[in-house]
Amino acid sequence: MESLAERKAEILDEFMMFDDWMQKYEHIIELGKELPLIDEQYKTEEHLIKGCQSRVWLHANEGDAGLVHFTADSDAIITKGLIALMIRYMGDLPAKDVAQADMGFIQEIGLQDHLSPTRSNGLVSMVKQMKLYGMALAAKQSS
Amino acid sequence: MQEKTMDIPAFDVAHVRQEFPILERKVNGQPLVYFDNAATVQKPQSVIDALVHYYSHYNANIHRGVHSLAQEATQAYEDARKTIQQHINAEHAHEIIFTMGTTDAINLVMQSWGRSELHQGDTVLISALEHHSNMVPWHLLKQEKGIHIEVIPIHEDGSLNMEAYAELLQNGVKLVCVNHVSNALGSINPIKKMVQLAHEAGAKTMIDGAQALPHAKVDVRDLNADFYAFSGHKVYGPTGIGILYGKEALLNQMPPWRGGGEMIASVTYQSSTYNTLPHKFEAGTPNIAGGIVLGSAIDFVNTLGVENIERHEAQLLNYLVEKAAHIDGLKVYGTAKEKAGVFSFLVDGTHPYDVGTLLDQMGVAVRTGHHCAEPLMNHFGIPGTIRASFACYNTFEEVDVFVHSLERALKMLR
Ligand SMILES: Cc1ncc(COP(=O)(O)O)c(C=O)c1O
Repeated sequence: MESLAERKAEILDEFMMFDDWMQKYEHIIELGKELPLIDEQYKTEEHLIKGCQSRVWLHANEGDAGLVHFTADSDAIITKGLIALMIRYMGDLPAKDVAQADMGFIQEIGLQDHLSPTRSNGLVSMVKQMKLYGMALAAKQSS
Repeated sequence: MQEKTMDIPAFDVAHVRQEFPILERKVNGQPLVYFDNAATVQKPQSVIDALVHYYSHYNANIHRGVHSLAQEATQAYEDARKTIQQHINAEHAHEIIFTMGTTDAINLVMQSWGRSELHQGDTVLISALEHHSNMVPWHLLKQEKGIHIEVIPIHEDGSLNMEAYAELLQNGVKLVCVNHVSNALGSINPIKKMVQLAHEAGAKTMIDGAQALPHAKVDVRDLNADFYAFSGHKVYGPTGIGILYGKEALLNQMPPWRGGGEMIASVTYQSSTYNTLPHKFEAGTPNIAGGIVLGSAIDFVNTLGVENIERHEAQLLNYLVEKAAHIDGLKVYGTAKEKAGVFSFLVDGTHPYDVGTLLDQMGVAVRTGHHCAEPLMNHFGIPGTIRASFACYNTFEEVDVFVHSLERALKMLR
């Protein structure tokens, strides 16, 4: 399994390939189409993340080998792409790694400057939620 | 909003643009196309200069100093009040109350007139088009006093249903709250007629003119509105300043809302008597710079000519409507015959948020979301729209860039 650091390097490399932000957005949109979709039954108020102008549903469960598995959806495709990116970075890892993931790579890609404040708040709440799942699962697994 | 196009000289938008330094900016590497004017407009150099000039040359507290600077500042502040009075054709300068903006002005009416004149069971009519700022203050009063709130419905094109309005007025309405121009759809509401009907039914009127002042000639005496509010920042002035116009007799009857300096005649430890209008409603040191500079902003508008601005924006809107008709799956919200400066729309198969994000990457600033009119969006069954809105400095070339950028965004998203 790749580490968080390896995944991050890979994502950064990938984004370096594009010279302008329209291309980067095109890539994010493509990623959005590959998002592991949340089961319809979880598209409820409870799984809705607050702080997004678009709606975001996120679900986490203990997957194979006790790893944290995320599925999600959004009504906006760029948002879906951003979630897909976060899931690629943090998904299917041991719970304690998920809990410790840092968001630095958002900055390193330069995404921060290209997201509206509402979108970047949404992203922050999303990552917070993902890490909370990680923490909760880590606690459960060690007890 | 009068038809008066014949005798107006041509309007030179290239010249107008030179007055706005921010228009030279690039955003994400692209020349800025600023189409979020309904949220706030950019400021001309004359307005920016007036602000700097005030703080550089005659900053002083007003109404109480004997020294020269205080007199100059007081004079400028009161001159601005007169400029605004003349601009909206109020009868008296003291009917012009400086507030922090439209929201603040409506809250003043709610706190002062509303809390003293409205009682349990009284009805306040609001239109389905209202901005939250002419809705939520009345919700507060509903919670406090148990007033009723009823809604004037709209037709599908975003114009108000006047038959329903006339009918609603039959049930003992005390106050009618309606915007002059809808920020979400751009519909121009028939305020003069609405005020007349309200008065016949014994109701007062609270008109939200935030989106009207920037685009049209407003004459409060012709409209016969009881209260009329607007914001400085939407009419080329600074943020943090706005106006409440109220009829003298009404304002005189109303109790003060905020207490403090400036608004008193005399004070003992136990009680105070209140100053006359307009000071009764202007407690504390006001936004002196804001008031003075709002006067400069109104001067700017008058130099261009409101009719010129109105006509230019109408031409831009027509041009955009025509070009956008060719875009597959684009649906316009708000197609009332009378419209000002706003193009609100959605495109099938895309989320407004995505479209707005990509437009921004191409240097085009629009607004996406519910535009502080959530109930209206619910009425249409949509989460929000994309809104392009115009000001005097926008051009046909910018409309072309907008449409081209929109097409590019849609190609990526669909
Ligand atoms: C129609 C309308 N009313 C009220 C407001 C509120 O104005 P402000 O935020 O300046 O108080 C706005 C501004 O968005 C508006 O468009």
